[in-house]
Amino acid sequence: MADAIFLALSVITIGSAIAALELRSLIYGAIALMGSLGGVAGLFLLLDAPFVAMFQLAVYVGSIAVLILFTVMLVRRELIFTMVEDKRRKFVGIALMLVMMVALGAVILDSGIKQITTDEAAVDFREIGEDFLTYYWPALILMALILSGAVTGALVLARRVDEDIGQRAN
Amino acid sequence: MRILANELIEFVLVSVALLAIGIYGLSVKRNAIRMLFGIEIVINAANLNLVAFGRFLPHSGGQTLALFSIAIAAAEVAIGLALIIVAYRMYNNIDIADFRSLKG
Repeated sequence: MADAIFLALSVITIGSAIAALELRSLIYGAIALMGSLGGVAGLFLLLDAPFVAMFQLAVYVGSIAVLILFTVMLVRRELIFTMVEDKRRKFVGIALMLVMMVALGAVILDSGIKQITTDEAAVDFREIGEDFLTYYWPALILMALILSGAVTGALVLARRVDEDIGQRAN
Repeated sequence: MRILANELIEFVLVSVALLAIGIYGLSVKRNAIRMLFGIEIVINAANLNLVAFGRFLPHSGGQTLALFSIAIAAAEVAIGLALIIVAYRMYNNIDIADFRSLKG
């Protein structure tokens, strides 16, 4: 039962990851990226990590995808729909992808992680919350500083430097 | 208690496929926003690995690190998109082959 769900989720994830890179229109690409990130959230649910799955949905599918869509719509129209790429470079890239898949897959299939199984209960999300507030509290504060710094930096970078700022203020 | 129906190796293989696709996008595409898509896909492959290993070698550290990683990725996307907008204003294009003012 769960196997069919796993297959469907992995097909959705990998298929829309390819679609996000290969669709001609950047808007459809962004929507396909959303599908891929949602598929990863579904895989997190299969791994008994509902908290991470909800975080993924809220952060990626909720905010990052909207951010990307707005940026895409700020760009000129013909840039959204044209794809510039070398034919030769593309073939080399596809070859690199296949070599990587086969090599890493062979290494992993040959390694010992096939034997890893578990019958222990999943980690409770209460434990994660407790960890955040006890063991990881410096990292949590650092993360808050990084996030606020990143948002401030993004706003400062994207600010339009107009000459008539002084006039508008009056 | 629910017994897991899937093995660790399946999740790791999905993660390897995502990593390879992301690297492909990162190396072939010349559109800056599409390169950002590739980075996102690679980061998600890493997160999937973290959560999968955290489930199969039971420890809360995997999920915690995945949460931190998602938050860092959000900051990274905000900065990246701001840089793309600045570059678009300077060059009126989002093709990375045109961003050459740092080239000697």
